[in-house]
Amino acid sequence: MVMTADAEGSTLQLRDVRKSFPDPGDPVNRRLVLSGISVSLAAGELVSLIGPSGCGKSTLLRLIAGLETPDSGELLIGTEAIRGPSAERGLVFQDPNLFHWRTVRRNIEAGLVARGLLQEKKTEVDEFMRLVELEAFAKAFPHHLSGGMAQRVALARALINHPKVLLLDEPLGALDAFTRMRMQDEVLRLWSARRSTTLLVTHDIDEAIYMSDRIIIMTSRPGRIDQIIPVELDRPRHRSNPEFLQLRGEILNLLHFAGGERMKSGNANVPVM
Amino acid sequence: MTPRNGEDGTALILPPKPRPVSVAASLRTLSIFAGSVAFALVVHLMVARNEPLLETRFYSIFLGSVLLIAVITAPAQIVWPRLRRFRQNLHPILTAAALLFCLWEVITSGVRLLPLPYFPSPPKVLYNIINDRVLLFDSTWHSLLLLLSGYALGVIAGLITGLCIGWSPPVRYWGMPLLKVVGPIPATAWIPLAMVVSPSTMFSAVALIALAVWFPVTMLTASGISNTRASYLDVARTLGAGRGYLIFRVAVPAALPNIFIGLFMGLGASFLTLVVAETVGVKSGLGWYVSWAQGWAEYGKVFAALVIMAAFFSTIMTVLFKVRDRMLVWQKGVIKW
Repeated sequence: MVMTADAEGSTLQLRDVRKSFPDPGDPVNRRLVLSGISVSLAAGELVSLIGPSGCGKSTLLRLIAGLETPDSGELLIGTEAIRGPSAERGLVFQDPNLFHWRTVRRNIEAGLVARGLLQEKKTEVDEFMRLVELEAFAKAFPHHLSGGMAQRVALARALINHPKVLLLDEPLGALDAFTRMRMQDEVLRLWSARRSTTLLVTHDIDEAIYMSDRIIIMTSRPGRIDQIIPVELDRPRHRSNPEFLQLRGEILNLLHFAGGERMKSGNANVPVM
Repeated sequence: MTPRNGEDGTALILPPKPRPVSVAASLRTLSIFAGSVAFALVVHLMVARNEPLLETRFYSIFLGSVLLIAVITAPAQIVWPRLRRFRQNLHPILTAAALLFCLWEVITSGVRLLPLPYFPSPPKVLYNIINDRVLLFDSTWHSLLLLLSGYALGVIAGLITGLCIGWSPPVRYWGMPLLKVVGPIPATAWIPLAMVVSPSTMFSAVALIALAVWFPVTMLTASGISNTRASYLDVARTLGAGRGYLIFRVAVPAALPNIFIGLFMGLGASFLTLVVAETVGVKSGLGWYVSWAQGWAEYGKVFAALVIMAAFFSTIMTVLFKVRDRMLVWQKGVIKW
């Protein structure tokens, strides 16, 4: 694995971010989704976000992407406040969302075309096709691709813009277990090659430990940060390493999924799945 | 780019290869077609003894040439596999057609089951097509001009309004009720008004055809655009897309299958409106020809015009299908047609 010292990524700071949505069942009050989220990501850092469904992980990603605006609080990329979506913050969903009317190559080019840079950076398209090992499928349409291949195209499409921040919303969630583990290495390889600051939403504790520098654990209703756990294991990591397993046990305990003793009643932090 | 991806069979889903057909079997089936044409020819020659030779000889020549082609292509397909597949595919339908023509001739000229002159026999229809070819061609040409100008106008207007209604919520709020109230009125119902208002029948016919096309194209374009997956637009925004890109490179291509349904519905509506407009107002075209021939009780000509219309309209429909197949090549394997 090649680690480049100069990261393409940039710092990401969230200061007391709140977000609420209209409640369909309650016309007067709004439903608070995120309450006072404050966290800083260093440039080139890979941080995972885990927590129960409905804790606002995806909303947080959409806020950083600029697709939603917060009720209050600050979101900063470097020193600049986030105002609306931009090519400097790439987003990859669980569904690859490939433009199904375009070939693999045209999908990967999309960001360059959108910014009017295709002529200038044509060689980069080839470079990214190679990077995700899809040169042979340049002219294939998305419905010809397997799930893992489609997700590699989606990653290349986001990375071709050299985003300062890469937002991954459960990108491997729909893949089978083996493809998933292979793709975790793939994402790590792309991340270490380009060093975008990466925020990864996942439901998979193993994935979070295997991949990230830090793990943010969120609780729900309203969503807020419960704990931030640093993962101080050397890369490349081993899933069967005792330290790995110990950390896994700790996080499972935190989330009350360790088994044996069931959740204690009355605990405000009990995640609701 | 080199066509590398096609060679990699692992990830590409290819349609199953057609089963190879044995030569003897296809010879047998092809001889059924040749036999049915020969049968039709014999029946025709028997029936036509009572008819004027002038009117029946074209049909004799026609059946004779079909028979000749059938006999020649039967051995030719042994050495030419493409022809074999083509014939293999078509021969049941061609056989049925030959027998249907035969039946039609027996019922009309043969046993005179149907009242004359309303139901002419196939030889008489063919005779009229050939005999009146100049006027028929002229009528077809005028119909084509009228149809294309009305259709093009309707499509352009429909795409623009559909795009605006589908993309912009305020336009949808104000435009949709109007569309829902005015759109379903059949274009032909406007004919009385159009005749009073417009300077010429030609102009009003173009406007009516355009109106008939405009409604379905607008409706389907609007629904296609407004149903664009929100996540496509989100992804495009995070890739740095501006509004023009979102509309013309994401929403419109995503809506194309819908838009083509609108184009097909519009085409059907335009045929109907064309024929009605030509029947009641415009003094040229195939619709006019039919009503003119009917006025003179020349039902051979009426049927001749119907045959030409069938060929004309289905050709235009086929052209639109081909255009769609080209533009929606990415759908192959996703949607069957």
